[in-house]
Amino acid sequence: MAKLTVVEAINQALKQAMASDDRVLVLGEDVGKNGGVFRATQGLLDLFGENRVVDTPLSESAIIGASIGLAVYGLRPIAELQFEGFAFGAMEQLVAHASRIRNRSRGRYQCPLVVRIPYGGGIHAPEHHSESNEAYFVHTPGLKVVVPSTPYEAKGLLLAAIRDPDPVIFMEPKKIYRSMREDVPEEEYVIPLEARVAMEGSNVTLIAWGAMLHVALEGARLMADRGVSCEVLDLRTLSPLDTDAIIESVKKTNRAVIVHEAQRSCGVAAEIAARINEKALLELEAPVERVTGFDVVMPLPKLEQRFLPDARRVADAIDRVMSA
Amino acid sequence: MPRTIAKDFRIEWLQILDEHGNCDQSLRPSLTDQQIKKLYEELVFARTFDEKAFKLQREGRLGTYASILGQEAAQVASAFALEPGDWMFPSFREPGASFVRGLPPRMILQYWAGDERGSNIPEGQNDFPITIPVGTQIPIGAGAAWGAKLRGDKIAVLVYLGDGATSKGDFHEGLNLAGVFSLPVVFFCQNNQWAISVPLTRQTAAQTLAQKAIAYGFPGIQVDGNDAFAVYKATHEALARARAGGGPTFIEAVTYRIGDHTTADDASRYRSKETVEQWKKKDPIDRLIRYMISQGLWDEAYGQQTTANARARVEAAVEELQAIAPPQPKDMFRFIFQEMTEELREQMETLLNGNGRSH
Repeated sequence: MAKLTVVEAINQALKQAMASDDRVLVLGEDVGKNGGVFRATQGLLDLFGENRVVDTPLSESAIIGASIGLAVYGLRPIAELQFEGFAFGAMEQLVAHASRIRNRSRGRYQCPLVVRIPYGGGIHAPEHHSESNEAYFVHTPGLKVVVPSTPYEAKGLLLAAIRDPDPVIFMEPKKIYRSMREDVPEEEYVIPLEARVAMEGSNVTLIAWGAMLHVALEGARLMADRGVSCEVLDLRTLSPLDTDAIIESVKKTNRAVIVHEAQRSCGVAAEIAARINEKALLELEAPVERVTGFDVVMPLPKLEQRFLPDARRVADAIDRVMSA
Repeated sequence: MPRTIAKDFRIEWLQILDEHGNCDQSLRPSLTDQQIKKLYEELVFARTFDEKAFKLQREGRLGTYASILGQEAAQVASAFALEPGDWMFPSFREPGASFVRGLPPRMILQYWAGDERGSNIPEGQNDFPITIPVGTQIPIGAGAAWGAKLRGDKIAVLVYLGDGATSKGDFHEGLNLAGVFSLPVVFFCQNNQWAISVPLTRQTAAQTLAQKAIAYGFPGIQVDGNDAFAVYKATHEALARARAGGGPTFIEAVTYRIGDHTTADDASRYRSKETVEQWKKKDPIDRLIRYMISQGLWDEAYGQQTTANARARVEAAVEELQAIAPPQPKDMFRFIFQEMTEELREQMETLLNGNGRSH
């Protein structure tokens, strides 16, 4: 087994999916000759040719619109939107069509589309290159939203997304593209769209996804030194949300802390907290805590680290729920 | 060095049948007498349906409806050029095209009556459902054409749009993409001169809409949209070119929206009766009848029979509509994903059990 980074795992998943299903094609800006600005699609053009690995014009709405057409026609397009900040150009196509075609046509047409979007902060990037806009997609009925947290997760979840008959927004936390290596099986494997327990514990449930999973784990380790046993849930999928896994864990620990980069108000943590309220209120020893970005515009690099949740803020939140 | 011309362009104007029914025989499309009669019958059906749909709305039996009055030739004669294997992407003002393709008329009524089952296009009919957000069908149609090209399917895609749509970003992005990849798609613009109350002159400073195609690297042609022969010929040629690998074409069919934008609009607020009356003289069906008379293909009896047949078909569609059971609330949940999620199932049960609790 090889130790791969997240980006390498994504690359491997794309190669394998394209080799085993000739309906699959990759399209987007700079994905072909350049191999993608993050190199996620490196080598694909040489392997599969320019009909299946397509450098498109600079046209987010057309990239996604055409991908919808390709999907409706029977192909399996994997479109890349280069950064989450540029996804908005394609929002109308995603919300007005990709998410609704099955419903609008009462099942006559489907849209098995994967949209890969590098997202999230922590890489000292210019404006619009560091944001966390998953809530817009989660709030849209008919879209699935999947967020990997490690190389092993990335490959299995991407292969699952490619096989999914519904449109999947695959949000790749760019901060962890190359920050870790782990064993990734050579063969194709699929991870189901449900949460996993990244760390077992009994005093408090930490809920996170993407790059923030590692911040949550770090916060958990800080608190372990003080005798607090944290259970850490990696959600993996924000839509559909694995409510059962969340409730099962919260019923066990009686405390919950949710961590996300995105702005606080109407972020996905708010939805999770609402579900915990509906299904496990009487189990709670303390209110659900949210460790999130602030309701401000994502700052430029010089202030970025003060915006993003860190292990210290997570530890403080754990402290609060433990002392309540 | 002297200033030179980098590039010139010309836009062809095509009219074969003028408003008096005179036909330029040298340009006449190769339609058999049977086909011309079929074309005429489709035009009459489209108009008859449209009149009934309008009445139904006024009677409160249909929701808002977008009339096609005056635009029958533009949409019917173009769809007439499609092969069964081709794909068609309407906007929201092409029921005439859908009927040519074989869509049960009841489904258009169902759609405007507010029932999603009206968009459950029958298997074998490769037509996209009605698209409301203006112009957004354009890149999708281009994408379907792309799929056909990649699969080696010798088909073409016909994408309809209006003059308003030419101002949208998706028009630019979709046509541009189609040009870059030389996709087998024909973009057909029903230029009916109005986008609700906004006239064409406020939509563009360009002298024609057809010339916008030049910017995307493929031909644009302007046709008399009320001339069924010109519409048919231009579309037929464009579709053949697309199928043969010759890339996209943009057809601007110059026509006029005789009616209001929809039944919720009142066009007298923003345009003059005089212009409307001028355009009524250019009626697409009248001129075809005059031509058919000159060829011995039409007489009063045939005309009346055609209208009677159309009315009967429309009435049958209305009866079908009345007979359909209302949609079920669970249908709101069944088609969001291929497999209903747990959360959706719970929400559905909350609704169906009527207790309003969320768990």
